[in-house]
Amino acid sequence: MPVVNAVAASDRIPLLPVEELERRRRRQHSACPELWRLLDAVKDPEIPVISIWELGVLQNIERDGDTVEVTITPTYSGCPAMDVIREEIGQALEEGGYPHHRIQTRLSPAWSSTWMDEEARAKLEAYGIAAPVSEAGRAAPACPHCGSDRVQAVSEFGSTACKALYQCLDCHEPFDYFKSF
Amino acid sequence: MTTDLTRATADYAVRLGDDALILGHRLSEWCSNGPFLEEDLALTNVALDYIGRARMFLGYGAQLIGGDCTEDTLAYQRDCREFTNLLINELPRGDFAFTMARQYLLDEHALLFLEALQGSSDAELAAIATKAIKETRYHLRRSREWMLRLGDGTEESRRRLQQALEDIWGYLPELFAMDELERELLAAGIAVDREALEAPWRRAVSATFAETDVTLPADGWRVDGGRTGYHTEHLGHLLSELQFVQRAYPGCQW
Repeated sequence: MPVVNAVAASDRIPLLPVEELERRRRRQHSACPELWRLLDAVKDPEIPVISIWELGVLQNIERDGDTVEVTITPTYSGCPAMDVIREEIGQALEEGGYPHHRIQTRLSPAWSSTWMDEEARAKLEAYGIAAPVSEAGRAAPACPHCGSDRVQAVSEFGSTACKALYQCLDCHEPFDYFKSF
Repeated sequence: MTTDLTRATADYAVRLGDDALILGHRLSEWCSNGPFLEEDLALTNVALDYIGRARMFLGYGAQLIGGDCTEDTLAYQRDCREFTNLLINELPRGDFAFTMARQYLLDEHALLFLEALQGSSDAELAAIATKAIKETRYHLRRSREWMLRLGDGTEESRRRLQQALEDIWGYLPELFAMDELERELLAAGIAVDREALEAPWRRAVSATFAETDVTLPADGWRVDGGRTGYHTEHLGHLLSELQFVQRAYPGCQW
């Protein structure tokens, strides 16, 4: 299981969860790299700065004759963004000249926020959402606006299933925290 | 799997789906009625997780049943007697103390239940459990916190929480009861042994309430019947709302 450790991001040894390593290998060794690049254009509808690949939702792309088979995994069970993501994948493929496609959802391995890489985390922070911190390590995220560690949880649940509400005690700005999951 | 075992697994998945759907609907009734904005968001977020869970279980049940059955026909086209959710899930939402007390007691149960279901020999049920248990950990963190606050808060919050526990207590034994279907599936390595969950559940619940001023009710009365379709008078009202659009405009899509 996930092996992200508890030290600051800059000191972190980039160990990858096994499922994430396998996911990246599927992309690296794919017979259809152009399709992966094509779907990089599909963003999370609720966090439009990161793609479904960076989020860890896009699991695999394969070709079966002239049909493209895309496998995705949901972040949260009831996440309404999944339906939008499915539609946008279909649309991107059609616009890219691939009218025949199947999009399947796979539950196992269960999605984890540890599948996001440093770049995706940096994009989240720049967008004003605190990136997930290890449950076992630091108790709270740092403020994405001013960097302060003095923050307080306002609610375990925020504007979407994947986020919690926090407030910074120094700059007083409220912010979303992408939950460690 | 043999045909009998497939059908039994389908029924089991539908049960678990019904539990999630009905509780999810009850929680969703708080949307725009929460005591304050953050709580409104939290309750509806938890509701969403349960609706998602219901879709996974009912979708799997429908797949095993085959034919024209879908998650939607299961949710929208069955009547009270065909619903197999446990009664505790259908009780009206009550006041905030009642909703949170029920949620906490169910969250502690869900944690143990899903942990065990992760080991199911049925790969799909195990996968759903692995997904759902992560959400349940978050739900529990919040519902437990509320037990401490309400149970150790004002005189009124304590009184309301105490009353909620009294009102719920007799619906809890159904959580730990095994029937023929679940015994058969347990023997096949598919279902969870509910009876084995009771002792650890009691330990966890007692530890939480020991930090408060409320007293756990004594065991005494018990009500059951949900698994055989004998429901409280509340389920019909709930379904009339949940199923209204499909009843009024059969097959309607948008």
